[in-house]
Amino acid sequence: MPDVGRALKDVLAGGIFIVLGLGFAIGSLTTEIGTPLRMGPGYFPLILGGILVVLGALIVGKGFIAGEGEAIGAVDWRALIFITAALLFFGLTIRGIGVIGALFGAALLAAAARSETSPREALVIAIALTVISVVVFIVALQLRLPLIGTWIPV
Amino acid sequence: MELFDNLALGFETAVRLENLFYCFVGVALGTAVGVLPGIGPTATIALLLPVTFTLEPVTAIIMVAGIYYGAQYGGSTTAILINLPGESSAAVTAIDGHEMARNGRAGPALATAAIGSFIAGTFATILVVLFAPPLADAALTFGSAEFFSLVVLGLIASIALARGSTLKALAMIVLGIAFGTVGLDLYSGTPRFTFGVRELYEGIDFVSVAVGMFGVAEIFRNLEDEKTRHLVTKTISGLWPTREDFRRIAAPIARGTLLGSALGILPGAGHVLASFGAYSIEKRVSKRKHEFGHGAIEAVAGPESANNAAAQTSFIPLLTLGLPPHPVMALILGAFIIHGIQPGPNVINEQPALFWGLIVSMWIGNLFLVLLNLPLIGIWVRMLMIPYKMLFPAIIAFAAIGTFSLGLNAWNVYMIAFFGLLGYFLIKLGCEPAPLLLGFVLGPLLEDHLRRALIISRGDPTTFVTRPISAVLLALAVVAIVVAVLPAIRKQREVVFAEEEP
Repeated sequence: MPDVGRALKDVLAGGIFIVLGLGFAIGSLTTEIGTPLRMGPGYFPLILGGILVVLGALIVGKGFIAGEGEAIGAVDWRALIFITAALLFFGLTIRGIGVIGALFGAALLAAAARSETSPREALVIAIALTVISVVVFIVALQLRLPLIGTWIPV
Repeated sequence: MELFDNLALGFETAVRLENLFYCFVGVALGTAVGVLPGIGPTATIALLLPVTFTLEPVTAIIMVAGIYYGAQYGGSTTAILINLPGESSAAVTAIDGHEMARNGRAGPALATAAIGSFIAGTFATILVVLFAPPLADAALTFGSAEFFSLVVLGLIASIALARGSTLKALAMIVLGIAFGTVGLDLYSGTPRFTFGVRELYEGIDFVSVAVGMFGVAEIFRNLEDEKTRHLVTKTISGLWPTREDFRRIAAPIARGTLLGSALGILPGAGHVLASFGAYSIEKRVSKRKHEFGHGAIEAVAGPESANNAAAQTSFIPLLTLGLPPHPVMALILGAFIIHGIQPGPNVINEQPALFWGLIVSMWIGNLFLVLLNLPLIGIWVRMLMIPYKMLFPAIIAFAAIGTFSLGLNAWNVYMIAFFGLLGYFLIKLGCEPAPLLLGFVLGPLLEDHLRRALIISRGDPTTFVTRPISAVLLALAVVAIVVAVLPAIRKQREVVFAEEEP
């Protein structure tokens, strides 16, 4: 087995491109492909998916021949999970709970993404951000967003 | 004189009260967000774009351009005061600018950056006035085959000058184009890759892609290891450079302006190359070589002028050919499209008020930059002191509310998370995010011209190489790839980037 450690970065990067390329290629097969003269909706994405798979394979190959060898470094999973959760929470609740609640929840989750921030600090940050955002976006910029959502009977 | 009539029209548009006002607001907001450490110009503009969408097209575009100058200058301020450049072109400024700040000369460093930027901006704006119209005329003769080849050339050339692996950059471009196909197919109305989600029928919003790849991915990286920020000075005194300083910065500003103007037109990292190049030139010609790296004012004046000149002239390919040379221009292109304007050779004839108004407001924006930034420097310094633990939740909250407000679509918010995660892992694996964004924005254009060209040629793909202009453009694209992978040039390029980095 060649030196996988050295190639790891390229193998993973190439792998992501191959998987996504296959996804686009297979997805485009479910629609009409057509001919060069009358291209169907699937024609262009099918070509792109194919090119992506080839490029991904070349990157994997290059990794084994001349890998960059640098370590990938640690991943802060806590940050990834909390921030993703914050964005999903906002998207899922903005209509139901309204801007105030959705913002507060998202800001609280986001603030908690940093492990050194204490729960009390996170709470203060979330409250401050909610107030600032409502003033900036609703009062100053007059975006038409519901302050209180449809799930809450008033 | 047609030129003066055009400029008169431009002035008439640009000095309309609401345009002046929003140009000012754009510059102020751009600077305010741009000075925040850890947010580069691309993320700044992406975060602020939704604010402009409710305005009239001309006013909105003028404001976006204002945000761009502000963000650019804000990045320099951060580089000088806390040695944390928001993007690579400010990295050079950080070397000597930060040393100057540590020697108690933060004021003159900031003033030099502002003055240099203004002079460079003025000169480069004149270049845009002179060169944009003839280039647009030439592009008017292009058919779909030529435009397809032009977009291919633009995309490939954009990676030839960038750093990092060419293969990975190519893959990022193709991936970006592929994400650009999500949504309804314009020809047949068939949904593609929407997984039955109605909200995706209009495609993925480019603001989500940009905020995810440049904003959220950057937050993930910053949280991994929080850099300690060291603000050297809380109060800036003695803002104005001395007579001696003025004598020292005159020639570097002139050289930087010329170099930046030329490189800014090139696709890719023209502005980065411009500031690195200007630094090398100043170091080479200076009689005070030993001062470089220890706070030489020339090393702030040259790169900052080059940087700003390039920022200005990179509007030329966008306004005349519809080709954004770097990610920030890709965002501005997106802003045009939101307002129903397809940038390209037709803009100058069909929307003369917008075209010339934008150009004149470029100059006014640069003027605001000097008038605004120097007196208000105290406020910017205070913004620098906002701790990161408050800053990044704010970015997340603003990104969520901003992108949701585009069409009241929750999927815009989910897409930030998706592209944030994807961008984070790809960047960690050595892929640059810029080519993906360029591919994403130009992808629909590429597909449209490909399909049209093939319909015109009755399905014959040789049309791209038998039409002379198209063939030349494609040949240039091949040359660009060869240049990018040639080991000798590669090595040279890595040296340029590696040597100057602090």
